[in-house]
Amino acid sequence: MDMFGDPAIWLPLVFAGLMGLSILIYVVLDGFDLGVGVLFPFAEDDEKDRMIASIGPFWDANETWLVLAIGLLLVAFPSAHGAILTALYLPVAIMLIGLILRGVAFEFRVKAPIKHKASWNNAFFIGSMMTSLSQGFMLGMYIMGLEYTWATFAFACVTAVFLTVGYSFIGACWLILKTEERLQLKSVAWAKGGIWGLVIGLGAISLASPLVSPRIFEKWFSFPEAILLAPLPIMSVLLVALLWAALRKLPTRDDSWAWFPFVCSIVLFTLSFFGLAYSFYPYVVPEQITIYEAASAPESLFIILVGTVFVLPTIIGYTVLAYTVFRGKATELSYD
Amino acid sequence: MDTLLLSRIQFGANISFHILFPTITIALGWVLLFFKLRFKATGDMKWMESYRFWVKVFALSFAMGVVSGITMSFQFGTNWPGFMETVGNIAGPLLAYEVMTAFFLEAVFLGIMLFGFSKVPSWLHTTATFLVAFGTTMSAFWILVLNSWMHTPAGFEMRDGVAFATDWWAIIFNPSMPYRLVHMLLASGLTVAFLLAGISAFRYLVGDKSESVRATLRTGVTLGALLIPIQIFAGDMHGLNTLEHQPAKVAAMEGNWETGPNVPLLLFAIPDQENRTNHFEIGVPNGASLILKHKPEGVVPGLNDFVAEDGTIMHPRVAPVFYSFRVMVGVGMLMLVMSWAAVVLMRKKRGGIAGLPKPMLYGFVAMSFSGWVATLAGWYTTEIGRQPWLVTGVMDTASAVADVPAPLVASTLIAYLVIYVALMFAYIGAIFYMARKAAKGESIKPRVPSSGGAAVSIPAE
Repeated sequence: MDMFGDPAIWLPLVFAGLMGLSILIYVVLDGFDLGVGVLFPFAEDDEKDRMIASIGPFWDANETWLVLAIGLLLVAFPSAHGAILTALYLPVAIMLIGLILRGVAFEFRVKAPIKHKASWNNAFFIGSMMTSLSQGFMLGMYIMGLEYTWATFAFACVTAVFLTVGYSFIGACWLILKTEERLQLKSVAWAKGGIWGLVIGLGAISLASPLVSPRIFEKWFSFPEAILLAPLPIMSVLLVALLWAALRKLPTRDDSWAWFPFVCSIVLFTLSFFGLAYSFYPYVVPEQITIYEAASAPESLFIILVGTVFVLPTIIGYTVLAYTVFRGKATELSYD
Repeated sequence: MDTLLLSRIQFGANISFHILFPTITIALGWVLLFFKLRFKATGDMKWMESYRFWVKVFALSFAMGVVSGITMSFQFGTNWPGFMETVGNIAGPLLAYEVMTAFFLEAVFLGIMLFGFSKVPSWLHTTATFLVAFGTTMSAFWILVLNSWMHTPAGFEMRDGVAFATDWWAIIFNPSMPYRLVHMLLASGLTVAFLLAGISAFRYLVGDKSESVRATLRTGVTLGALLIPIQIFAGDMHGLNTLEHQPAKVAAMEGNWETGPNVPLLLFAIPDQENRTNHFEIGVPNGASLILKHKPEGVVPGLNDFVAEDGTIMHPRVAPVFYSFRVMVGVGMLMLVMSWAAVVLMRKKRGGIAGLPKPMLYGFVAMSFSGWVATLAGWYTTEIGRQPWLVTGVMDTASAVADVPAPLVASTLIAYLVIYVALMFAYIGAIFYMARKAAKGESIKPRVPSSGGAAVSIPAE
């Protein structure tokens, strides 16, 4: 166990990395299916069925990444888990109720009597909105150090809106990839609208974070770290420009490049995530508890790690299998 | 009400709502695999039709289980941070293994199981069905390991008020785990047996006389008749195990105040905790002594042994444990009578389902969700019976609760309850609606599967 040095140092770091990876995968994967839910009111009824069909086989596994992320926080950093979740008590409850609503709406909209279908469609939209907004709110409060003042509350409301717009953007990009004809055209339009929200949102977070925390300011603007960090904003700006250029050309006649916006948005989300992760390391509760202070006993972390080394590649393997089985344009969802 | 009580009610409500759905999916996964394998072996379309109908019930139940389960994983932190801070070193790895070995397996292969029938080879679809069933069972295994450890902790040491694992084998195979696991898996099997029987009887009564309905009713009744005697035996063993490790719980289940021999088996009583006695007792003489110690003069522990010298009560509230235990046993007895009577009648008349008298079919419809009642009653018995401990002898429930204002907990509790009641109606309504629709033959189009098995199509009646 000691062959890599002190396990009390490297194990928390490894688990912070695993937790970060789970959060990132969650935000990308559930981000697109939450985004599809946010876009629901803009679609016609037959398009709604197709939109659901594009995420139907995946949403369940996508949400499991949230359970893994929160599970890793719970098992690897128990005291941080308590501190963060009690501070976010109400938004967590709203998110959970949102997740319940949209999760069951998937099933009920096709299994309940047809006259209730419109109501379940609404439940799906409302649930997706509640989930996205509360996640954005929690992100904002987290950046603001989990302290409730009018200013932090206002900031969190802003991030709530922009994360929701961000989700709808990646959702639209997913739909460009998975749909055809009129719905695909609509999705391109949705993505064009969403991208501005994303740009403003990222800008707001980038401006506010260093202003709130002198520590983050120091990390961002001190030499030579600033140079190492510079590729992040530069690549983000380039990606946005590429995305905008691509969206103007899409959809192409032979449907080539339909994957491009989705892949770009994944990279964009990943870059933003690394920016945040860099800013907050080594804190797991901002400015209060570091990952080293919050970590569980090395013996317990090690026994989880042993399993993770074998299980995580397997999970990724059969996730890839599922996405391969259901590749291509979404068709009517059927049990047959 | 204070934060502690509200948090307990909220957790109780969440976990009660949650457990209903895994109780169905754990066993229904295996039943679906059985249907699929029967179809592969016989080529008889009735098995595939059974699969098609029940996979929808599975999908609906699974979604309900997933979303209510996510709620649970957050509530550890929002309401009970003290739990993980004290025993996180033990609970953590167990929960992590549940997520990694079970949740992803079921969630990923569920997509292929539900929507992949015509997209993947038949063997892969069957494998997906198997992996989903296996995943739900693994999930039950890990969470019951943790739950059992909270009842009968082993393999750890306390350092500065925090539990550290010393022996993982002892933690996983803690004294009550094998009993609880078997008892719960059988409960799941019985719940599904009576759900199959009840919904199939309902379809038969509204005019669906198809081969598929006959097959699923027979499967349900037979499964119930097979499992219930095993369950009664397993439950008894579990009770003896509880007597050994948590005598206060058994004393509350029996409503026995004074330790002593010749304790009666109370069929009915109104426990009075304030005066520490029972009213209106109706009992079988020496019954409890016979069951728990196998002799009339066997000494059964009494609740009065669990009061500290300063008057602190160290046993659970008696009435809820006492009553829920009787509800569980009562439903179990009803299951025994119904399933055995149906098996005897079906054998005698040789007509299968047609041999069953109508009132009996109505009885099965009424008992569609009887497994839920018994399962919940059983969980209330064991979980309330663990109080005032959260982890027996290690930490009490009050020391784990979060310092969240009571009105805040009350508001989320009300929100959850509203959602749960609404979803309960929607769920049961949807199942009967699907059954009615299937009985009319609307959704059962004779489709030929894409690969594997003989292509025999029979028109819906």
